[in-house]
Parts: sequence; structure tokens; C-alpha cells
Amino acid sequence: MSTRRGLGAGVVALLVAVAVFAAVEALILSGALNPYWQQIICLAGIVTISALGLNLIYGYTGQFSLGHAAFYGIGAYTAALVTRGIGSHSPAILPLSLVAGAVLAGLVALLIGLPILRLKSDYLAIATLGFGVIVKVLLDNADMAIPMMGGSRGMSAIPRLTSFLWVFPLAVVALVVLRNIVYSGIGRALISVREDELAAEAVGIDSTRYKTLGFVIGCMYAGVAGGLYAHLFTFLHPSNFDFLKSIDVLLVVVLGGLGSMSGTIVAAVAWTFLLEGLRIVLPPAVQDWRWVIYPLLLIVFMLVRPGGIFAGMEFRFLRARK
Amino acid sequence: MAYFLQQLINGLQLGFVYALIALGYTMVYGIVRLINFAHGDVFMVGAYVGFYALASWKLPWPLAIVAAMAGCAALGMFIERVAYRPLRSAPRISALITAMGVSLFLEYFTSLRFVFGPDYRAFPRPFAVTSFDVGGVSISNIQIIVFAVSTVLMVGLTLFVNKTRTGLAMRAVSYDHNTARLMGVNVDWIISVTFGVGSALAGAGGVLYGIAYPQINPFMGVMPGLKAFVAAVLGGIGVIPGAMLGSVIMGVVETFTSAYVSSTLRDAVAFGVLILVLLVRPAGILGKPSREKV
Repeated sequence: MSTRRGLGAGVVALLVAVAVFAAVEALILSGALNPYWQQIICLAGIVTISALGLNLIYGYTGQFSLGHAAFYGIGAYTAALVTRGIGSHSPAILPLSLVAGAVLAGLVALLIGLPILRLKSDYLAIATLGFGVIVKVLLDNADMAIPMMGGSRGMSAIPRLTSFLWVFPLAVVALVVLRNIVYSGIGRALISVREDELAAEAVGIDSTRYKTLGFVIGCMYAGVAGGLYAHLFTFLHPSNFDFLKSIDVLLVVVLGGLGSMSGTIVAAVAWTFLLEGLRIVLPPAVQDWRWVIYPLLLIVFMLVRPGGIFAGMEFRFLRARK
Repeated sequence: MAYFLQQLINGLQLGFVYALIALGYTMVYGIVRLINFAHGDVFMVGAYVGFYALASWKLPWPLAIVAAMAGCAALGMFIERVAYRPLRSAPRISALITAMGVSLFLEYFTSLRFVFGPDYRAFPRPFAVTSFDVGGVSISNIQIIVFAVSTVLMVGLTLFVNKTRTGLAMRAVSYDHNTARLMGVNVDWIISVTFGVGSALAGAGGVLYGIAYPQINPFMGVMPGLKAFVAAVLGGIGVIPGAMLGSVIMGVVETFTSAYVSSTLRDAVAFGVLILVLLVRPAGILGKPSREKV
């Protein structure tokens, strides 16, 4: 019985997803959503993908990474380089760019992850933070090696290929893949490493291997998100990928609830709309207050609900089948 | 050789300022295991208190440092009371996120026009700058003041932690909150004092930084704060001499990179050194590796 109910929830969720997709796409085609709002909706999807990746790393595997934006940046610059290198403005080029961005982000994650994932909690956080700063500095100086990357002037003239047509299905795929990982044997291994690494080792789980695997997959999510970002805003600057951007994603994951996919989705979308919403709601005279209100909301939220919105909860279609 | 020594002295100057910030990080981490991300912004507030003390109230510079230390101590204890104490039994990540919130709040609130304002301000020079020539290497009176004031404060802190009853209580709390409480230590008060002392040092660091690198703005605390924290980790977080050693290494490495390689790569090399040291000694240079209990 319960198996059938689980399956039913999945089918309903898929139908809801298709309906949402069709509704938003219809609004876009009818011109009801201006380009500004389309951009925010796309950004919400991109933040979701990137945050799902960090939730795999931190929420499910328990590896505290403060360098997520570095992989987001690696994906963004790689994807942009592929597109501009090929010189085509056809949307068909986008999947290739995204794959390239994801692969390079994953490769770098593997190279950096193998040594530094041996570090524990705060030390790992600091090492990944340091890695993030290094990547930012390298991007700042990238024009010395590849002039097209623009270094501290930023990389421009990236064709605008990202649209809702791409972002939404990719976000759904990212979610389904993550869900399947989390409830598979791999997911159970990852969670056991998070709960108690020593105990996991004792029952024969190769914790190094699983920590690295979780980290690489999570960083590939960041790479895909970065590639979409590059082709949405058509301009990249190293400061888009600094320490504060890593904090942004971390906030989304923690506010949503560690180890909760539902929470990540809700928080990512709410967060994007809140940031932009405060811009529209507040009169121009008090625009400066936006960044005063936002950290205050954050502090109050943490004091009231320290575990995040969806602490340990999932929407029905994201729950494990019994 | 003279150039090398000159850069070494410049590096030490930067390292000593980092040390004043790093001590606050390491003390707070040692006692509540919290990376206090707002600490760099307390340092910034210290620089502004020094700015007003010198420019508006026309205080002599030693009093400006005292004013900044008092102001920052009060601010640090206030932040601890409102933002961190209610979360002491919550997951550690909640306190960390709150610390980031406090950090952003301090930066953007002080950027508002009626507080400090968003612009860069020139820090007033409280005295004429003179240089002394020591065997081809010039040392300015600013550098002597930075060295002297930080040394006095660091020696004072070491004596305070090792020789006073409050210092003893701090060490006890850093080992184990509950046992310390059973021994009659007022844990909440000791944590408050730790935040106060750490923030006072950051305040003094802010004024010295302003005197040495005379331009201040509400975001000036971000990078020195990050570097000082990294220096504390490099030296072994929770260990006071480690924070001083790590800061000096950080300051010297950074200055040498600017002088001999490229100033744009400064931050990358500084953090690269950190990662390399952590790979060899995961608990920092002077840190004791913690054994895992089964």
C-alpha cells in the first residue's frame, strides 16, 4: 500500500511540475511577465540548483564548505569560454557549455577535495574558504593567461541563452537526481558519514571515498548553476563569486533546513524573491536600509527557528518510499 | 638586504595589527567554539571610535585607543548578550549564521548616512611622522607605536589569562562549561568578559590600523578580519601564542608577496600557505591535535 502511495505522490508531483512549467511559460509568452521578472524567476531556479548541491555536501554529508561560490564561478567561466570559443549564438550550444562547466567544477573539486576533505569541521570550512579566495584572485588575474576572461574587468559578450525553458527542467532533473542519490545506498553511506565518521568506518564504509563523491557531485551542481548564470546575465565578474556569495548559498541551505530538499527549494525561491522584493517594496529613499533589514531578519529567524524552516521534513513526493 | 629587512619590518607591522584581531577570534573560539564573523566589524567600529576621538573630540592618541577599547568591549559584550547567548544550546551552525548576520548588519548599518556614512574617510594623523635610520633600514615612529602598543597589550593579556582569577576561570570554562559551573564559576559572566576583552583588543587594533594605513570605511574590517581569523587557525585556534605567531607569519608572507612577486597575488599566497600548513598540521602550528574518542 505504502509503496503505491509513494508512487502516487511522485506522479502528482510530476504533474504539478509540468503544470507550473506550462503556466509560467504561458505567462512569459503572453508578455505578462516582463524580462525583469523572468530574470528573477530564472535566478531563483539557478540558486535552487546550486543550493541543492551544497545541501548534498553539507546537509547530507556533513562537510562544512565555505567555498561553494568558487565552483559556481569555475562553472560559469568555463561554460562562457566554451560558448564564446565556439562562437555560436544558437541555444543548442548551451547543454555543451553546461556539461563543460560541470565537468571542470567536478574535476577541480576532486583535485582539491582529496587532500582537504581529510580536515574536520571548522578547519575544513577555513580551507575551503581559503580555496574560494584563491579562485577569486586567480579569476581577477585570469586575463594574463586568457585575455577573453577579462580578469578584474570582467568577462562580457556572453550570448544570452538561459531561459525558463532551460532552467526549470534542469532544476527538476537536479532535484530528482539528488532525491535518488539521497535514498540510495550511496545516500545512506553519506548520511552515516555525517552522523559519525568513525562508526561509519567501523561498519566498512570508506568515508574518504564517500565524502569526496558527495563533494564532487555537489560542486558539479554548482558548476551547472554557474553556467546557467553566465548565460542569463551575459556578464561575469570575479566579485560575483567571492566569499559573500558562498555565504549566500550557505544561508539558503541553513534557512531551509540542513538535509531537507524541500527546505532548500522553498528557501532558495523565497530568498531570491525577498531580496528583489525588498528592492521593489521599499521606497528609493530607504533603499540603503535593504541590507540592514536583511541581516536583522536573518538574526531574528535564527533566534526563533535555529534548525531552519524544514528541519528534518520533506514534501511528500520527496520522502523515501517505505 | 636592506630592502629585505625593510619589508620584514613592514610585514611585522601588519602582523602585529592582525595579532590584536586574531587574539579576539582565538579567545572566543577557545571558549564557545564560535567563529565570530562579526569580529572584523568590531575592529572597524574601533577604527571609527578612534577617528571621532582624534578628529572631533581632539583626544591625544593614547586616550583614543582607550576610548576605542572601551567602546568595542561594550559592543562585543552587547552582541554576545543579544545574538549569541540565546543560541548557546542550538546547533553550532545557527550561531555561525547569526554571526554572519551581525557582521552584515554592522557593515551596512554603519554605512548609513546618519551613522558613519559609506565613504572612505582619511584617518587623522595625531602626530608628525618621522623616520629613524637604523643601518639603512628606516623605521617610522608609527611602526614603533604599533609594535609598542601591541606588545604591551599582548603581554597584558597573557598576564591576565595566566595570573588572575578571572583568567583562571576563563581557562576552566574553555575546557568544560559544565564542570566549571559546578566549581562555582559564573560561566555566562566569563563568556561576556571574554567577548569584552577580545573586542577591546580588536578596538585597539582598529585605531593602530587607522594610524598606520590612514583610510577607513565601513567595510574595512572584512579582509583584515578574515586574515586575522586565518592567522588564528594557522597558529592553532584557541591557543593564544599561536594567534600571535600565525598573525606574524601572515603579515610577513603577505608583505613579501607584495614586495617580491605581485601585490595582486597577495591574498592567494596567504591563503595558499594556510591550506598547506593545515594539510601538514591539521590543528595549526601550535595547536594540539584532538584525539578522537570512540
